[in-house]
Amino acid sequence: MTETLMISIYVFVLATFVGVEIISKVPPLLHTPLMSGSNAISGITLVGSLIAAGEGHAGVSVFLGMIGVIFATINVVGGFKVTDRMLGMFKKDGGKPAK
Amino acid sequence: MNIALSIAYLVASVCFILGLKLLSSPTTARRGNIYGALGMLIAVIATLTDRQIVDFTYIIVGLIIGGGIGLLMAVRVEMTSMPQMVGLLNGFGGGASTLVAFAEYIRLSGSADLTVWQAGPINLDVLITLVFGLLIGTVTFTGSGVAFAKLQGIMKSAPVLFSFQKQLNLLILVASLILGGLFVVDPSQWYLLLIIIGLSAILGVTSVIPIGGADMPVVISLLNSYSGLAAAMTGFILSNNVLIIAGTLVGTSGIILTQIMCTAMNRSLANVLFAGVGADYEASEETAEQRTVIRYTPEDTAYMLENAQSVIIIPGYGLAVAQAQHILHEVTKLLMERGISVRYAIHPVAGRMPGHMNVLLAEANVPYDLLLEMDQINDDFQNTDISLIIGANDVVNPAARYKKSSPLYGMPILNADKARTVMVCKRSLNPGFAGEDNELFYDKKTMMVFGDAKATLTNLAHLLKK
Repeated sequence: MTETLMISIYVFVLATFVGVEIISKVPPLLHTPLMSGSNAISGITLVGSLIAAGEGHAGVSVFLGMIGVIFATINVVGGFKVTDRMLGMFKKDGGKPAK
Repeated sequence: MNIALSIAYLVASVCFILGLKLLSSPTTARRGNIYGALGMLIAVIATLTDRQIVDFTYIIVGLIIGGGIGLLMAVRVEMTSMPQMVGLLNGFGGGASTLVAFAEYIRLSGSADLTVWQAGPINLDVLITLVFGLLIGTVTFTGSGVAFAKLQGIMKSAPVLFSFQKQLNLLILVASLILGGLFVVDPSQWYLLLIIIGLSAILGVTSVIPIGGADMPVVISLLNSYSGLAAAMTGFILSNNVLIIAGTLVGTSGIILTQIMCTAMNRSLANVLFAGVGADYEASEETAEQRTVIRYTPEDTAYMLENAQSVIIIPGYGLAVAQAQHILHEVTKLLMERGISVRYAIHPVAGRMPGHMNVLLAEANVPYDLLLEMDQINDDFQNTDISLIIGANDVVNPAARYKKSSPLYGMPILNADKARTVMVCKRSLNPGFAGEDNELFYDKKTMMVFGDAKATLTNLAHLLKK
């Protein structure tokens, strides 16, 4: 087992605890925006796709990378935008939208 | 990885965590989402400065196409179609993970031609996570496709069952893992990965088709979790911490929501995934017992409501199907103008995904401080004059409290029956998804108003304006 893997596992385990801690504080009122918003965050694979798509040689991996960029960008842009649209609808009594 | 890039990824990770943290209150949630988007922007810009990237053509093409499609979807989607949208996004996330994992394998192989193997020694852990990344990513991709098709009505939402289904799924999973093992032993065998992708694609389909429409909230949440896990796996393959952190956060979020949905339906995850509940739903429509109910007209209900002091509204998905949210809010406003206290009681499974009903009502301009969770409001029903049930059924069925033979038994329900008067606005006496007749409808203090929710409420609003 390499040291890099050990660090990755550390990060994974600690992130799980952070995740449980913060997600369990999200009220049911906001569970749909939570899903779409966190979904957008999982589009972080975009980072990996970008590297694959930009390698330069016109091989299979560049093509796969480009499709990956398309998929992940749909995920990211669609997710954040629709979450913003939804959260803009949540208003308190006075009718003012949340900031 | 250079220092500047690492720091940028760290900042992005912090943005994601802060963003999710701000989702804990509706007053800060929108800002939280912007933090998340900002984190993503930082991560993307930092990545683009990476020296490995030498050609931007494909990147720009991909960003424009993907961004355009994503934006179009986000702007045009109806709030009732939110579950499909999230399902689709899960799928794209999973698909992207699969593509990245496979592209990374090709890069590692040292040659753009798959059949030529020029790689040096590859770490065992990269190979193992590669297999898992492909597996989870592809299952998420095709599973989400099926979930989308069911929710969108392209596929029938009833469970598709065939014999030895569970055994087949298990077989596919085991076969994929064995092939994965063979691949780890000899990573030049690229076709093994293609077979694994193919098998995972089948597994995604066969594991989602037996799940009925009513259980889709659970499936969507679970696939949300998978898409996060797939991203985390990609992080392991690339030794990239921001991917691991972001993916893991989403993975835990999906699991927590899955658990909440299961608890709210009083079902175990295994039961949701394998039992095929709802298979006989279509057939059971006419089985309601021939008992008498007292039918009332909107005039009767208007009179009762005008003379009440407190009303709790219980919206169900039937409300959204009838597109009656806006007119319901009209009725609410008319009642509140008369000094009557009106609140909404939201059951966790109201709607087609976690929190869905809140979004549908928020869209109809219902202020969110009127929307109360089950635990917040359940004790108040006994001091309430009227509980007004619109398009909901199973979530107010008292059989859940005591009838041990009922599929609903043990499910937490809203105490609608504790109010002094119960009003039910419903199309017919058909039982809900669980197929359990609702005795509340036959109670002496229950006023049944049959008809389309929108028509009834429009009528009611008209009467209350007088």
